[in-house]
Amino acid sequence: MGTKRHFRVWRGDEAGGDIQDYDVEVNEGEVVLDIIHRLQATQTPDLACRWNCKAGKCGSCSMEINGKPRLGCMTRMSTFEEDETVTITPLRTFPVIRDLVTDVSFNYEKARETPAFAPPAGVAPGEYRMQQIDVERSQEFRKCIECFLCQNTCHVVRDHDENKAAFSGPRYFIRAAELDMHPLDAREDRKEYAQAHQGMGYCNITKCCTEVCPEHIKITDNAIIPMKERVVDRRYDPLVWLGRKIFRRDQIDGQSMAPSVSVGVTGAGDATPFSSARLAENPPVREDGKMDVSEVALPIQGGPSPFGDVSFPMPTDRVTYHQPEPGKDPDGHH
Amino acid sequence: MTTARIERHYFDVVVIGAGGAGLRAAIEARLAGKRTAIISKSLFGKAHTVMAEGGAAAAMGNVNSRDNWMVHFRDTMRGGKFLNNFRMAELHAKEAPERIWELETYGALFDRTKDGKISQRNFGGHEYPRLAHVGDRTGLELIRTLQQKIVSLQQEDFAETGNYDARIRVFDETTITELLLDGNRVAGAFGYYRESGEFILLEAPAVILATGGVGRSYKVTSNSWEYTGDGHALALRAGATLINMEFLQFHPTGMVWPPSVKGILVTESVRGDGGVLRNSDGKRFMFDYVPDVFRKQYADTEEEADRWYTDPDNNRRPPELLPRDEVARAINSEVKAGRGTKAGGVLLDVSTRMPAETITKRLPSMYHQFKELADVDITKEPMEVGPTCHYVMGGVEVEPDTTAAMGTVEGLFAAGEVSGGMHGSNRLGGNSLSDLLVFGKRAGEHAATYTDSLAKRPKVDTSDVELAVRTALAPLERQSGENPYGLQQDLQAVMGDLVGIIRRAGELTDALKRIQELKLRVAQVGATGGRRYNPGWHLALDLRNMLIVSECTAKAALEREESRGGHTREDFPQMSPEWRKVNLVCALGTDGDVHLERKPLPRMRDELFELFDRSELAKYVTAEELGQDEANAQSKTEAK
Repeated sequence: MGTKRHFRVWRGDEAGGDIQDYDVEVNEGEVVLDIIHRLQATQTPDLACRWNCKAGKCGSCSMEINGKPRLGCMTRMSTFEEDETVTITPLRTFPVIRDLVTDVSFNYEKARETPAFAPPAGVAPGEYRMQQIDVERSQEFRKCIECFLCQNTCHVVRDHDENKAAFSGPRYFIRAAELDMHPLDAREDRKEYAQAHQGMGYCNITKCCTEVCPEHIKITDNAIIPMKERVVDRRYDPLVWLGRKIFRRDQIDGQSMAPSVSVGVTGAGDATPFSSARLAENPPVREDGKMDVSEVALPIQGGPSPFGDVSFPMPTDRVTYHQPEPGKDPDGHH
Repeated sequence: MTTARIERHYFDVVVIGAGGAGLRAAIEARLAGKRTAIISKSLFGKAHTVMAEGGAAAAMGNVNSRDNWMVHFRDTMRGGKFLNNFRMAELHAKEAPERIWELETYGALFDRTKDGKISQRNFGGHEYPRLAHVGDRTGLELIRTLQQKIVSLQQEDFAETGNYDARIRVFDETTITELLLDGNRVAGAFGYYRESGEFILLEAPAVILATGGVGRSYKVTSNSWEYTGDGHALALRAGATLINMEFLQFHPTGMVWPPSVKGILVTESVRGDGGVLRNSDGKRFMFDYVPDVFRKQYADTEEEADRWYTDPDNNRRPPELLPRDEVARAINSEVKAGRGTKAGGVLLDVSTRMPAETITKRLPSMYHQFKELADVDITKEPMEVGPTCHYVMGGVEVEPDTTAAMGTVEGLFAAGEVSGGMHGSNRLGGNSLSDLLVFGKRAGEHAATYTDSLAKRPKVDTSDVELAVRTALAPLERQSGENPYGLQQDLQAVMGDLVGIIRRAGELTDALKRIQELKLRVAQVGATGGRRYNPGWHLALDLRNMLIVSECTAKAALEREESRGGHTREDFPQMSPEWRKVNLVCALGTDGDVHLERKPLPRMRDELFELFDRSELAKYVTAEELGQDEANAQSKTEAK
């Protein structure tokens, strides 16, 4: 029944490593995690990989399969071609511990920095009353299984370690949104907090997080955008804004946890106005309304340069910006 | 490689296990002002509790106001076939509502009734709608709520001390391999970080076990890799006792094929809606397995059985709808007779029974479960099913009010699946989530009180630590030793084939012999690679726990010569009132073997006894016990 298939698995630790080749038996109906288990049982007993429930409920077996952030237990082998090589690598955004296991403590640190549920004063246990329709909005976000695929795929921190201090990531934006929409949560500054201390302003709504969510939570549409919009509403209404500032300052400043600081962001989040609630932005387009060719017509998906497959330095008559010349140009000193 | 550097920590209470019971216990210990450590074998928040779908049973009476703790108590005792520790069942029924309401103050969002209260759903064995739920992900809600409550307590501690870990610290991906004692008193716990392989010693006067179950010793199980019976084994080695280890809950139709969904439950409504069971010859075999007592209610021809779905008044039920243990027994027999599928199951078919659109309409969740997880289209092909190991009723014998472990050890507590007694011989759905909240809280509370009662801190003996280090490193020093995965498979085969859902004396004896052989092989198990995140090494260390727990189950199953709840003996098919009076208690001898002892069940208090109909009690208890009750009732009336 089984056929031998070719797999490439990243092996190594924080000191480095490389992709190794394995030929493994694959049977009908199996998922990628089954193959990893077979590898452990037959060829490499020490291959490190996290897993628990094997039913898409615990969010442990997050990995990158052919470059896509996926759960190993929810990726069926039948979704690949018979002769397709399957390449399995650890989550790229987090430091590797060993093989497919990464250090995801970043997420737990951010969880600690997100203010907890504030129970309403004077409501005794057993006296909580909420309507189903009101709890459903928050319930969507409580479906989160904390697989951290959204955190892994978010370009603000993917390949930008330097942004991690300032940016909590989609998982904790939906946590903030969940509490913001909780019918009985006593805190009223969830949105301001998300802006000021979780770095939500750096999110420019590319929806990558929503795409990889195995629970199909509409992270961007249902959590991040409403959180951004409402902050804008408040900020544009000077009275409301002022009122909140006056009444809430003690609560905002008297945090019981260490707020992360939204400064010093580089990379994709660089130059994003710190305090603004940026609305959803489309990618930049040319006058004819189409996207710049270099963005979409690359020979290689996600090619190495936004200018396409060209070599540098480019001839000066072809570049569209002023190229500083060190020594000659007053701006060219860096 | 053999650097024996050990990281030392000092705590008041160490909680081993970070599922519902462990987290609830830790919250309580921290609220009592104790410095508390939580040991999690996986990442924080990934515990097996997330698998619970149905809900948490608590007699809040939100949907039916006639529900109360007495009704819940009765249901629990019935479900457990009266073998439950009555006091645990009583505490559980009384305290479950408070524990659920408390979760709302931590931020939990249960589904609601129309008047805004927590909604409750019906479930097998519960007289009224009783299960607080969040769709089909109640376990996830529970674990996340408790996890977030712990974070919130850490935030309070941070505000006060500048350190999140000041009073409650989570050690994730950490496994405890030994409990360390000072005389009979718990003095600490020794283990390793899975990530680095470095050793860790937590000195603490009180340890709470909340490690869950033992399902990984079985070939087909709905349990995750963590369920290796660590807490059961730690307790035994520390001098505590286990009870009811013969009782395991199996579901007759778990998936056995494809491998990716092995163990996952197939709901009974598949059979209720027309699904039939066939063996590999294509024969609808259930007709051969209708016991005499059921002959009158069940059809004996396929034609009649098929008519029942549309005309239940004039036809008898199809035999696929016999009680769970009968169906499981039949599947078991077919497979053993060589008429099973290659994967060791039988075929459950709806595809030839009704049109595709009817299947997707009536069984949407099953259709999606197989489509998404297994790429099996149940409208086109049959499912392969067999009994799957689901839950262990047995566990650490505890003092019901304090959850303190019995036996010779002091300072050891247990809550959740790892403890025994609460569910008797069979657990009702929904009672495990409420169990872990009620007894998790009690464990935390009483562990805290216990530490206050001590005049001086128990001390860890250095030679014990050295021994623990040597034991832990041993598999790595045998790089050419036997492969742990192979050993695990062999153990799973022994338990699945010989100590499975239907048991026979001969097979149990055989199993015990094989377990002894496996013990010798596990003593020589090897692990290749180093100490950093090495799953082969981890499994090698878990194996000895799995073996000792399996030995308990096999021994107790051989001893109990009756069939009750999660223990079915083909050679003793009846339930016996005499056996109901007996608990089988496992302890570890100095020879490293498990020793069994019979111990009388505590007698239910009169006022609880009187909650039941005498005619119902007569089915379970001996005439003598009934008579005694009658005499008590009479003397009471006379006294009035």
